Amino acid sequence: MPEQKLTGAQIIIKALKDQGVDTIFGYPGGAVLPIYDALFQQNDLRHILVRHEQAAVHAAEGYARSTGKVGCVLVTSGPGATNAVTGLLDALCDSIPLVCLSGQVPTHLIGNDAFQEADTTGITRPCTKHNYLVKDVNNLARTMHEAFYVARSGRPGPVLIDVPKDVQFADGVYVPPGEVKHKTYRPQVKPEIARVEEAIELIANAKRPIFYTGGGVINAGPMAAKLLTQFVKTTGFPITSTLMGLGAFPASDAQWLGMLGMHGTYEANLAMYNCDVMINIGARFDDRVTGKLSEFAPGSKKIHVDIDPSSINKNVAVDIPIVGDCGAVLEAMLTMWKARQKRADQAALKEWWGQIDGWRARKCLNYNRTEAVIKPQYALERLRDALRGKDHYITTEVGQHQMWAAQFLPFDQPNRWLTSGGLGTMGYGLPAAIGAQIAHPDAIVVDVSGEASFLMNMQEIGTAVQYRAPVKVFILNNQYMGMVRQWQELLHGSRFSQSYSEALPDFVKLAEAWGCVGLRATTVAEVDEVIEKMLAVTDRPCIVDIAVDPKENCFPMIPGGKAHNEILLGPDDSPSDATPEDGMVLV
Amino acid sequence: MDDSKIEKHTIAVLVDNEPGVLARVIGLFSGRGYNIESLTVAEVNNADHLSRITLVTSGTRMIIEQIKAQLSRLVPVHRVHDLTDEGPSVERELALVKVAGTGEKRIEALRLADIYKATVLDATLTSFVFELTGTTEQVDDFVGLMAQLGLVEASRTGVVAMSKGASGF
Repeated sequence: MPEQKLTGAQIIIKALKDQGVDTIFGYPGGAVLPIYDALFQQNDLRHILVRHEQAAVHAAEGYARSTGKVGCVLVTSGPGATNAVTGLLDALCDSIPLVCLSGQVPTHLIGNDAFQEADTTGITRPCTKHNYLVKDVNNLARTMHEAFYVARSGRPGPVLIDVPKDVQFADGVYVPPGEVKHKTYRPQVKPEIARVEEAIELIANAKRPIFYTGGGVINAGPMAAKLLTQFVKTTGFPITSTLMGLGAFPASDAQWLGMLGMHGTYEANLAMYNCDVMINIGARFDDRVTGKLSEFAPGSKKIHVDIDPSSINKNVAVDIPIVGDCGAVLEAMLTMWKARQKRADQAALKEWWGQIDGWRARKCLNYNRTEAVIKPQYALERLRDALRGKDHYITTEVGQHQMWAAQFLPFDQPNRWLTSGGLGTMGYGLPAAIGAQIAHPDAIVVDVSGEASFLMNMQEIGTAVQYRAPVKVFILNNQYMGMVRQWQELLHGSRFSQSYSEALPDFVKLAEAWGCVGLRATTVAEVDEVIEKMLAVTDRPCIVDIAVDPKENCFPMIPGGKAHNEILLGPDDSPSDATPEDGMVLV
Repeated sequence: MDDSKIEKHTIAVLVDNEPGVLARVIGLFSGRGYNIESLTVAEVNNADHLSRITLVTSGTRMIIEQIKAQLSRLVPVHRVHDLTDEGPSVERELALVKVAGTGEKRIEALRLADIYKATVLDATLTSFVFELTGTTEQVDDFVGLMAQLGLVEASRTGVVAMSKGASGF
């Protein structure tokens, strides 16, 4: 068969199809016109036109996180690429697999300060797992396939390919995606068995054990979540998880302690502080989780399972590091645990659960239930009850509402909870919800939002309307950048500098202007009715404005620089004497 | 793990010789706040387009381990070797040193160059350019002495290093 010559643009489309891509999120521009022309002349690949490139990346993240596939993005040169930067870094921080294609000025103009030129590979180098500038059309197909391999292997992440316009026009040879044997990048998936043995011995002899799991379990796929659940059930140990790990273990299970960390539950944080054996699976000892490092689980032996060797001993020195895929490690642990007929120390475990139940009895998520004003927690409880038993996905923006959603919405399955954890990107939730809705057209997708975060990417309602993506934007409107306001109240003498949401639009009218449904609840009695109406809308987006208590703060809270046992449970706990100066500088 | 002691390590990194790879390595050091005391890079395998980077860095044991882990996870990096940890190694630096002067100082400079086994690459009636190869300490000493004898400028390669014995990288 003679070598088939294709244009660079055709090679890109063919490589995407051969990689199993069915949807790409993007925005056209001068430097990607050949690719858009090739897109126009085919029907297998669906293009979702966003309203801003940042949203294209977040939508691809939502698509990737909710399906386990690699998300795809297409943007033009210059501003197209720079607008995508926030999304790329967001995906890097949360280990979301993406391939982002960016147009570039033609090769002979690179470096000439041409129109819409940016040093895209230079700008995105620290914001991606890897990036490429393809200057020869005959390297394009291989680079595309390699990019997908790098994006999804090991610790997943975003990969960018910058393609000059002349390369898109040039004729070149297409190569199909063969078996990838990358010359340098071969992450370790299978664990060292000797380390697993050590871990099993430590786990079997634990008196006060705890599982602390993270996004690595979600990234390892649904099977890893099943294995985790099995292992946790077999041992009978308590389990907590990071924000990114929610859903890997069912929240409805009695062994679930809730999320840990800065706004985690009292029982999860106290169990972490007092444990003697910590089994970290796919979490990275983030500063939101550890609090004061010198007092982090001070009396514990630590096992750390992570696919990224650079995560190990980065923040916290551990006793048994295990490099490998969470699924592979859990499988090895479970097999060995059964083969050696290990059993946890039942007497010690009973005593440990007794202690934990004591902490649970504090009911740390209690709030002041009142008929006078809608508490944000109440609105989320009603949303939770309305969604029970329905196929649904939740995305969030960033701030108080995000933490309340993590505390009050239960996740029993992985890939159902999409939130910006590492980077904390306001404006993530709406485009991510669109991405998830495109991937799961029949599911209910709710973006739990705040009024300030919504304003950051609200233009994407246009995208949702265009593709009839019936996303629900559930705005907990407290008229403040709530988390900023909370920190100002607790740590900066209630000087609410620039945190008031002035000049808000009428969200109901805004929805109507786009031809979607707008709803509002201002009294407790209206909440259920509004949620019911919201869930009944299935052919267009719905924006719900819930007027919540503007003064409510998110508790529990571990102030910056404090240890897990110094957790504040509510407004009556005094934080002023609790926050040391070196803690104030922490964000 | 003693986490307060600052250690100095020489690390050899084998990378694909492709655009941006040096920027990746340097960006990693600046972005994460690590030290670079010296860094040298050149292609060592023309057929496979491989370059060898030798870098000298310092930090606590935890930071040194982080540096190696972070370098290893860069996609174009083939291998990372900590020559300081992995047994005896030899290290050398090359320096070009320009000294200007006349009379007794000029004669003394030439005499010291002879003692340090530096060679003269360029000579005029009022100046020399010496080439010196040695350890960092030897180069420091020589440059220090020349400072008193009319040092004009010094240019140094930074350290290149290799493990002792038969086994290779």
